[in-house]
Amino acid sequence: MSSHVVQDTAALTGRTLRHVTRSPDTIVTTAVMPIALLLLFVFVLGGAIDTGSASYVDYLLPGVLLITVASGVSYTAFRLFQDKQSGIIDRFRSMPITRSALLWAHVLTSVTANALSLLLVLAVGLLIGFRPAAGPAAWCAVVGLLLLVTLTLTWVAIVPGLLARTVDGASAFSYPLILLPFVSSAFVPTGSMPAPVRLFAEHQPVTAIVDTLRALLAGQPVEGSIWPAIAWCAGVLVIAQVVAVRLFRRAAA
Amino acid sequence: MSTTAISVHGLVKSYKGVPVLRGVDLDVEAGTVLALLGANGAGKTTLIRVLATLQAADGGTCSVAGHDITEDPLSVRKASSLTGQFAAVDEILSGRENLQLIARLRHHSRPRQAAEDLLRRFALQEAADRRVGTYSGGMRRRLDIAMSLVGDPAVLYLDEPTTGLDPAGRAEVWQTMRALADAGTTVLLTTQYLEEAEQLADRIAILHEGRILVTGTLAELHALLPPREVEHVQKQPGLEDVFLALTAAGSGGMEESL
Repeated sequence: MSSHVVQDTAALTGRTLRHVTRSPDTIVTTAVMPIALLLLFVFVLGGAIDTGSASYVDYLLPGVLLITVASGVSYTAFRLFQDKQSGIIDRFRSMPITRSALLWAHVLTSVTANALSLLLVLAVGLLIGFRPAAGPAAWCAVVGLLLLVTLTLTWVAIVPGLLARTVDGASAFSYPLILLPFVSSAFVPTGSMPAPVRLFAEHQPVTAIVDTLRALLAGQPVEGSIWPAIAWCAGVLVIAQVVAVRLFRRAAA
Repeated sequence: MSTTAISVHGLVKSYKGVPVLRGVDLDVEAGTVLALLGANGAGKTTLIRVLATLQAADGGTCSVAGHDITEDPLSVRKASSLTGQFAAVDEILSGRENLQLIARLRHHSRPRQAAEDLLRRFALQEAADRRVGTYSGGMRRRLDIAMSLVGDPAVLYLDEPTTGLDPAGRAEVWQTMRALADAGTTVLLTTQYLEEAEQLADRIAILHEGRILVTGTLAELHALLPPREVEHVQKQPGLEDVFLALTAAGSGGMEESL
């Protein structure tokens, strides 16, 4: 059976990728809200925010990239929910295939779709003055960290995708994920926040991830924020994957 | 001479403490069609899901094409195919892509050819490259059954294949099922429509409150009740005959001729 795992995953990924390419609006919709936030903060609110750095768009962009992934993975939950509702998961499961191939197909599709949305947001950022100073090694680290974040949030999204009973339920989980960057160093430096809020903001994963991305993109040393960032992602990734796979198996029992 | 394709003994299954199957015994001979009749909630779908290895039984033994469902589920999945209660097709893909996908997942050596053959066999060639979302209910069901036949599984489960279809769609599916029976596929069919069982099945089993009440041919089931008084009535065409005759698209001749 295991000899077919690659073949099965490839066939099923081809299917879910077609779902994305046949409704390219999902990629645009994913990017629209982050782009609107980017424009709003850079051109309307940003002038009043003192970040201590020269350019607010350079400060803001990493957080907006995270918001892009957070809203992008809600489509993964949505697509998985649709598969469950339509009975096609049961069809696949009654066939002699590697059962985990179906979840991996959704994961690989999510990574692809999010990468496209991220490129779109990045392009708008460059248009409005984002000027990264990262070298090749730092860019590799940026791509690697964004990939890790996308994988993590995708596995998180699979859980409501499998559990939800309504379409709204399947994608509602992404709202807190989208709001989390607002209570972090993504939009304003945490130093301006009241003590309890600041305590939360400085110890939640978005701040560690955003600070790391910002330092890498600016071509500066990452100052120790990279390890908490990776540890948060890896920890949540492992938990979410174990829960998701268990839920997927349980539905078969 | 005859071999048993599906064999169920003492099958027990509960949901959250509520017994659904309370000791089901059932044998289906290879190459025959068995219709499982029962009201909603009788446990028909549960029985099919257990046989399709989608749910584990609480007790009893089942074997499909000679393979035990708990000990060797992979062989059971290779030998059998499920067409569930709701047409499980991918609406965003075309009919051809749906069939090719299933052929790849069944590790068919020539998936394109397999899809082509089934499109022809199920008269779906014209619609082959349209998105399935645009198909009628009958076409969708036909594609659904065609997808179950990729790789010629020995055993086919059809769970209420005509529920929700209009009469024309139902006639299409019946025709398909007759062709399957003629080709020697073992079919376990669940239905709430008595007429469907009469028309299609070699044998009929009645599932009631989690147990099989009776199994037999139509004649054997008729013999269970004493014959009634003979009445002479004028043979009228059934409403279904009239409806189908009037709405037969493109057949011509019947319209306005009444």
